[in-house]
This record gives sequence, structure tokens and C-alpha cells, in this order.
Amino acid sequence: MFVINCPYCGPRDEHEFGYGHEAHIARPTLEQQGTMSDAEWANYLFLRTNTKGVHFERWVHTKGCRRWFNVARHTVTHEILKVYKMGEPKPDISAENLPR
Amino acid sequence: MKQAYSIFTLVRNALSYHQDWQEAWRSPEPKREYDVLIIGGGGHGLATAYYLAKEHGITNVAVLEKGWLGGGNTGRNTTIVRSNYLWDESAHLYEHSLKLFEGLSQDLNYNVMFSQRGLMNLCHTEHDMQATRRRVYAIQMNGIDSEMLTREQVQEMVPILDCSPKARYPVLGASLQRRGGVARHDAVAWGLARKADERGVDIIQNCEVTGFDIVNGVVKGVQTTRGAIGAKKIGIVVAGHSGVMAGLAGFRLPVESHPLQALVSEPIKPILNTVVMSPQVHVYVSQSDKGELVLGAGIDAFTSYAQAGSPPVIENQLNALTDLYPCFSRLRMLRQWGGIVDTCPDASPIIGKTPVENLFINCGWGTGGFKATPGSGNVFAHTIARGEPHPLAVPFALERFTTGYLIDEHGAAGVAH
Repeated sequence: MFVINCPYCGPRDEHEFGYGHEAHIARPTLEQQGTMSDAEWANYLFLRTNTKGVHFERWVHTKGCRRWFNVARHTVTHEILKVYKMGEPKPDISAENLPR
Repeated sequence: MKQAYSIFTLVRNALSYHQDWQEAWRSPEPKREYDVLIIGGGGHGLATAYYLAKEHGITNVAVLEKGWLGGGNTGRNTTIVRSNYLWDESAHLYEHSLKLFEGLSQDLNYNVMFSQRGLMNLCHTEHDMQATRRRVYAIQMNGIDSEMLTREQVQEMVPILDCSPKARYPVLGASLQRRGGVARHDAVAWGLARKADERGVDIIQNCEVTGFDIVNGVVKGVQTTRGAIGAKKIGIVVAGHSGVMAGLAGFRLPVESHPLQALVSEPIKPILNTVVMSPQVHVYVSQSDKGELVLGAGIDAFTSYAQAGSPPVIENQLNALTDLYPCFSRLRMLRQWGGIVDTCPDASPIIGKTPVENLFINCGWGTGGFKATPGSGNVFAHTIARGEPHPLAVPFALERFTTGYLIDEHGAAGVAH
């Protein structure tokens, strides 16, 4: 159980939020879609990093402001390391440089 | 040769105060090289090793387990066995496993306590009834036992279920698979380990794989916490950590790891003699031989490797439980735990080859792997031994995510187990 600091509403209990899975998966552009192979489609649609460690993922404040945002969360400790807005680049956090 | 377990061995060992029991399996030092390495000493990995030795004559095999044998999801599930799946591909695979379960105690000379006490899926709405009827007919077409029950029949089988018209979740009927039931999960792992060991398989515990030796796209062995081990062929059967293993071998999988929680109540007198699942309100319950209620529900939504989930999932599940069975409302829960399950987008497993040659994978069983333990090991052993997928495993290849031939079992599998 954890508290997520919604960038719009502040800290709220996890159960107010919906999970949007892995972040930073770019949807192919129309031009790319015309020439993409089946393997490239599989990569976009189904393959995931499924990180054990710091995972970059999307959440939505379903029972609050209903807005989407990104979270960097450790998948073993569930510690939330950073909350950042949609469209912002992936922050430079890796399992190696975590404070212990 | 192992001494056979029987009433006579029990009596003989009782005379020596149970001090002289033979060890169930050895704990050997790993050899430098094996014909086949199985990564993961859970039920599926042990079953793979067992059938490699038994059916394919490959006995120079090691099972590498990072913790202790059967200490992951094999010892953390709700022990349900069934084969009532909608699609032909799944129905055949899970039925293969159910049939192996039916003979497993004899085959292993180990009582896995497989109890075919029947398994019920409740319907709470007219749409539920229609979808369930469709599934029952599809299952019957595949020659697998399945039947519809009316509300009255459900009430007769499970008198404690609130089937009144005023119930919060009215029960309109149910599907029933009489051959479904439960088995003792630990016994499945121990029995498979004992028989695999008897045939020469090395079971190596406390041995974590930390890397793969891959030369020109062909796997040659693994690096472990107990040194390098070479192998001609390697099978990955690690459930929740499949993504981690794939990462070490340099490819990605369409799986995400999630916590799946379960809990047991204090023991009570026999009150429930079947398995009752409610996919709609999302709780499933059976009563163990010790008298505890064994309860399960769905996964936590987020990706995790923590073997612990969040309380709201438990709360929903217990709300559903007490609405369906008002008499359970004052029961205390004894233990609660989580396991890490690897879920696929189509709620079906992946069995077969990987992009690395001689490296095979068996994963993606998600929330329902226990029921498939012997069947999964059986078809995976065939796949590794022949280098080609077992006919039942062909549709479950990793390539299905490229071809688009998904086996969407969310209706039968993704909701409740």
C-alpha cells in the first residue's frame, strides 16, 4: 500500500488511482504505421520491460482530478522516487544510483 | 532406488521412531555441464525435469532453484485444478494437465491429495448466464465435462450461499465441472522432485542464475551464484521472474509481473465441500482438509516483484465473500500473502522457443499456473527434448504476439482462478 503524490491534488491513497502500465512507449506515427512489420507492431503492442527495480509507469487519478501523470517507482520496495507530468522526459534514476 | 511409500514402510519406520526415513532427494554439488538445465525449481520446472527423465530418457538434467524447492508460487497458490476453458487450444492443454493430475499420486508414489470435489462458477446476471452457457457448450464440444446448474441446484450443493432474491449479488445459476477440485500444492512439488531425483535429476537449491553464456546466438550455459554451469539446452520456468531472465538473455517478453494475493481463515468444521468461484464479484473459496477457508481473488493492478499486495484488493474480496456467504462474516483470517505472477496480454501461457537458440521458455501462466503443473511440464519436456513444440504447445508459442493469433482467455482465466 502506498501514497501517490498526485501532481494536481497532492498526496492521496493508492486506491484512488488507476494504473496505466509502462510509460514512454511512443505510439507509432501514421507514416511509421504504414511501413511497420508485424514484429515492430508486436514490440509496440505487447513487449514490455517489466523492470525489477525502478519502473517508469503511468497512473491516473481516477477518483480525483482524473488526470494522467508519470511515476518512477521501485517494483521491489514500492518506493515512489519521482512523480512527473505526461510529456516530460524520463528522469535519470536507475537502481544503481538509488540512495540506500 | 527410492523405497516405495506405503502403509508397510510407514509401519516399519514407526518402529524406528521415524529416524531412518530415506531422504526424498539429494542435494548434490552442481556438475560442470548437463544435457539440460531447468531454471526454476517450482512445480512446472520440477515437472519438466521429471518428464524429461521419464518420457524422453534425458537424465543428465539439473534443476536450478534460487531459493528453496517449491517456495515460490507453487507454495503460494490456492491449489485449484480445473480445465473449463473456452478456446480449443486452452481446453486441450488444461485437460491434458487435469488427466495427468488424475493419475499423479500413483505415478509419483506420493499422495498429492488430489480431490475432485467439483468446481462451480457462479452467474449473477442474465449476461453471466448467457456467457457461461456458451462456455459450457464449447467445453462439452471438446469432450470435457461441464454442466449448467439452476439456482435451486446451486443452493442444494452449497446451502450456505445466499441465493435469496434479495441477495446483494443474486445467484441465477452456475457452471459446474465435477472433475475439478484441489490438490496439495507442496506435495505436488515434493513428489515430482523425489521421482525426478530417483531418475538421476540433480536438484540444486540456493543457486541463482545471474547470467547466460550466449555465443553467436546459441546458449552454452549459465552463470550462477554457485559458479558457471554448461548445458546443451536450457529451459526457463521461473514464473514471476521470467522478464528478469529474458532480460539477462537479451530479449523482451509480453509479460508483466504482478502481485497475486491469497488468504486463509481460521480452521472451522467442514462446511464447504466444493470449490466456488464468482468471477463477477471476484472471490473464490474452497475449504482445505485442515478446515481453513482458502480465498483468492485478482491481481494488484501495478507491476511488482514484492510478493506483497495492497489491502484494498483483500477488502474487495472479503466484501464479496461476506455478501455471498453471510455466515462467514465473523470468521477471522489467519494468514495473508502474495506471490508474483507473470501475466500475458491474452491471459494464456507462453511455451516454446526463444530468440536464443537452445534456450526455451515456459512462462506467462499468470494467475492460474498450479492447475497446469503436470501438463505444462509434460509438453515443455517434449518441446525441449525434441527441439520442436509439443502439438498441444504449438499455439502457445511466443510468435503468436507477432502473428496476432492470440488465445484470449480473459473470460475464462483473466478474471478468476
